[in-house]
Amino acid sequence: MSRWLRSFGAFWYDFVIGDDWRGAAVVAVALALTALLVHAASVNAWWLLPVAVIAALGWSLRRATAGKP
Amino acid sequence: MNSLPLVLTVFVACAVEAVEALTIVLAAGLTREWRSTLQGMAAALVVLAAAVAVIGPALTLVPLTGLRLAVGALLAAFGLQWLRKAILRASGYKDLHDEGAIYARQVAAAQAATGGGRRGVRDWYAFTLSFKGVLLEGLEVVFIAITFGDNQGDLGVAAAAAAAAVLAVAATGIAVRAPLSRVPENTMKFAVGVMLTSFGVFWGAEGAGVSWPGNDAALLAVVPAVILVALGYVALLRRTRAAGPPPATAAVERSTV
Repeated sequence: MSRWLRSFGAFWYDFVIGDDWRGAAVVAVALALTALLVHAASVNAWWLLPVAVIAALGWSLRRATAGKP
Repeated sequence: MNSLPLVLTVFVACAVEAVEALTIVLAAGLTREWRSTLQGMAAALVVLAAAVAVIGPALTLVPLTGLRLAVGALLAAFGLQWLRKAILRASGYKDLHDEGAIYARQVAAAQAATGGGRRGVRDWYAFTLSFKGVLLEGLEVVFIAITFGDNQGDLGVAAAAAAAAVLAVAATGIAVRAPLSRVPENTMKFAVGVMLTSFGVFWGAEGAGVSWPGNDAALLAVVPAVILVALGYVALLRRTRAAGPPPATAAVERSTV
């Protein structure tokens, strides 16, 4: 049962997160920050998530290609 | 919101997944035997239908804001994964997705595998290969169709687009009886990555409480912006790669998309 649960979890991790968990982490943090800015500081931070996603993509690509010819 | 972007995104994404599932089914059917392969495919379709029947209506009970936040986060993460791989492929840092080569590998593995039946299935290998292939690729179809459909409040249209894509690919596969290696899969994956990321960003931010300038029309800026950024990264990586020594082998990564 625990083996089945582990493979089920591994499948969903690979399915949604994939090769680089940092992208998903940046998305989660950016969404939390956006919600905080909107609800606690009344800042309509629509720009935060797009900027974070673009930066996360660049970071992830840099890591994937670093040291590779 | 106009449902055309929904239909196009779901159709293209589902067509890509269907092409991949078709490659596996053909390898199992033509190399091993068709009856067990079709049994495996049918079993996977039953599981997928059950997933749609349970998850689809359950999601409609979730408040739209919460749904958009959760689905936006998932789509943005999922889309980033697609886009990252598409950019690495387009810039030469990762092997292009080649259905012909994948088919050859699947055929070689199917020929080497031992035979034998189990639980009323004549060829267990063909059954499991087909079942896993259709289930795994089908889960991506279900995920994309349900998330897009529920968020747009049009699950029927999303389901129809997904079904049309699967039927179109299946009909073509039956007609040519070969993997659809001439389908421009890499370009389609790039386009799907752009759309998944764009919709994920749009819905995720909305779910977090922002009001987009121009409301839904903001997508008309978000999608081209993501395209431009992605193409920019491709150009940058190509330039970096061209400046370095020629690679001994292309980088190979695990891939579910």
